[in-house]
Amino acid sequence: MLSRTADHLYWMARYIERAETTARLLEVGARNALLPNATGGYRNDWEAVLLAKGALEPFIEKYKDTNQRNIETFLFFDADNPSSVFSCLAAARENARVVRTALTAPAWDAINSSFQELRQLQRTERSKLMVTDLCEWTLRACQLIRGAFMSTQLRNDGYDFMGIGTTIERADNTARLIDVKYYVLLPSVNYVGSGLDQSQWALLLQSMTAQRAFNWSYQGEITAAKIAHLLILNRRFPRSLRACVQWYCEHLDDLAENYQNGTEAQEVAHKLLDDLRNATVDDIFEEGLHEFLARFMTRNAEVATTVHNVYLSGMPA
Amino acid sequence: MSATKPAIFNEMLSGDDVRPAYQNLEKWYRSMPAELRSLKQSEAEALFRRVGITFAVYGEGGDPERLIPFDMFPRVLTALEWRKLDHGVRQRAAALNAFLADVYDRREIIRAGRIPEHLVTNNEAFEKAAIGFRPPRGVFSHIVGVDLVRTGPDQFYVLEDNCRTPSGVSYMLQNREIMMRMFPQLFMESRIRPVDGYAGLLKKTLASVAPQKCQGEPNVVILTPGQFNSAYYEHSFLADLMGVELVEGQDLFVEGDFVWMKTTEGPKKVDVIYRRIDDAFIDPLCFKPDSMLGVPGLMSVYRSGGVTICSAPGAGVADDKAIYTYVPEMIRFYLGEEPILENVPTWQCAKADDCKYVLENLSELVVKEVHGSGGYGMLVGPKSDKSTIESFAAKIRKNPENYIAQPTLALSACPTFVEEGIAPRHVDLRPYCLVGENIELVPGGLTRVALTEGSLVVNSSQGGGVKDTWVLAE
Repeated sequence: MLSRTADHLYWMARYIERAETTARLLEVGARNALLPNATGGYRNDWEAVLLAKGALEPFIEKYKDTNQRNIETFLFFDADNPSSVFSCLAAARENARVVRTALTAPAWDAINSSFQELRQLQRTERSKLMVTDLCEWTLRACQLIRGAFMSTQLRNDGYDFMGIGTTIERADNTARLIDVKYYVLLPSVNYVGSGLDQSQWALLLQSMTAQRAFNWSYQGEITAAKIAHLLILNRRFPRSLRACVQWYCEHLDDLAENYQNGTEAQEVAHKLLDDLRNATVDDIFEEGLHEFLARFMTRNAEVATTVHNVYLSGMPA
Repeated sequence: MSATKPAIFNEMLSGDDVRPAYQNLEKWYRSMPAELRSLKQSEAEALFRRVGITFAVYGEGGDPERLIPFDMFPRVLTALEWRKLDHGVRQRAAALNAFLADVYDRREIIRAGRIPEHLVTNNEAFEKAAIGFRPPRGVFSHIVGVDLVRTGPDQFYVLEDNCRTPSGVSYMLQNREIMMRMFPQLFMESRIRPVDGYAGLLKKTLASVAPQKCQGEPNVVILTPGQFNSAYYEHSFLADLMGVELVEGQDLFVEGDFVWMKTTEGPKKVDVIYRRIDDAFIDPLCFKPDSMLGVPGLMSVYRSGGVTICSAPGAGVADDKAIYTYVPEMIRFYLGEEPILENVPTWQCAKADDCKYVLENLSELVVKEVHGSGGYGMLVGPKSDKSTIESFAAKIRKNPENYIAQPTLALSACPTFVEEGIAPRHVDLRPYCLVGENIELVPGGLTRVALTEGSLVVNSSQGGGVKDTWVLAE
């Protein structure tokens, strides 16, 4: 497969995943604004959401005021914001358009019609749009697109590159979402274990559509340790760090088998998977959740770089 | 000079009678309720939009991905009519290729005094880098698009030849696909020759001109300028049908004596490049140094026989409108045959006598730029007002070599769906002739239709539409 084709498929998948995360963050922010307000109003909470996207500065520059309407506009519709739902889906569609011939008709159709619907939303009067509806629409669109990939694409190398893009992005996003909760949403360590802390953990679960998964996997009350286990180490939860890493390891193994040639990308990924297999929640809390997540994101990014060098540049070292 | 308007040939009618080739269609049209018609029309549009058969127009505002209007009323050619066109087009493609091989080699036709030398060597499309080079099988132009118009039951004229990268073949294929999907009954009742062998034939043609150095199955690719090109859809469509890679310049590089493409498994050798970019962009080392579209060093690999470029750089010298006048001469000179298809009588403003005639009769003539395309830079005399004609006359006086003129032909018209039902609209026809080991074409072509009443301009860039083109079986 042409490296450029593989690159477009990989980025298409990443952008779809990223659109979904932005919507999930927006949902968290909007929900959070409804929670009892212990720390100086929802203002801070919205800022936390923007911080998580690394987008606070550009936002302030353009909109000045952190009110909910502005933030919705910024995170959902704003084409100047590269991680808005609109920008991500537009980028995904653009990548897909370039490699139309590498996609099945239903896959292209799912991406293209979602994008047309999004344009329709753009033309709709804003007072008629509820933020929850926008977030739900995004999740549904992304799931439809991924469903079309899974049920129609040939299991060839292109499929593997999409899978790798999806899971590298998802691993990064999950790590970010947890990090937001722990270091940004929670204004002070004094709140740990308080009612506020509790409801924010619950919110985090909700933002990942993980309440039921949590109930199925763990008994009793929500604790930080259980949630950390679910979102980081539980191999059965499809957004956990371990599940994502395991998933891309499988795609990389598949590629190596197709090409009859193992690569460094495989090695780096498997190393990370081994470390996650051996880790415990106690280890993670001992290192510090934030430190652990930062280290994970660096290693996950290293996998991305290696995949790029080995497969997507066309000139393997 | 006569003031009476020539009668326009309606392809469906002979006097008041419906011609046999159109009888099925006429019945079909008459039995179709108006609601069904508009339903089918929007269904067709949705299909085009959905499969993404659009052409890109950037920089003009509006929707950058436009649909070319599709007219559901097919255009029909009888077996007999087609046989003549088929022979005529193949004859022309053979002569054009013989001419190209000759002007880059011994130049016998010039030495024999049959074509003036300056028309060849002063031509912008004349490629010095091609002198003395013989491409595989001597073929320079592998896909020849011949634009034809009709003025009467037995009268077809060649309007121009496209020897570089003629486009539109994806519409020929998709129009058929969509018609078959919407009106299967119609196809069961008529005996229409299929066109879907085109992609297979194209691949076979391209593989047949692989360079000598190629061993085993040739690796054929399509080279596109990228997604912002207006014909990008067509490029990807053809790559898809042929099962070959669609590459951009950035996907290719030169190393050793070969061209390689960058793949996820490392470099892979490329043998035949069907390029859909202009000569000037092929190789920044030879041509435009600031262009990123091409591949540095490609020309030197080409010249040393490491890769075949289709069409060959320099092929454009055969399709400009000044050379066009001499195609019948080429057919006689190289093939020793009489031309099967006629040229439109053409005045060359480069010749003093012709120029005088043209300037005196501008209001009756169509004047075109020698190197122009797409309906731009032309004057349609009978449709222009006095001041337009005068300013055009000034342009011709200033640079007569740049213009040719032709009479306004009474282009045939084909029934076309309009608001009130059907009405005749002018059409042309572009069959696509493939030249490799053999010279072949599928029975059909692209019919373009001028949707505006009375308009003669069928180019998509000027608001023209397309129709399915049927060739009936014997």
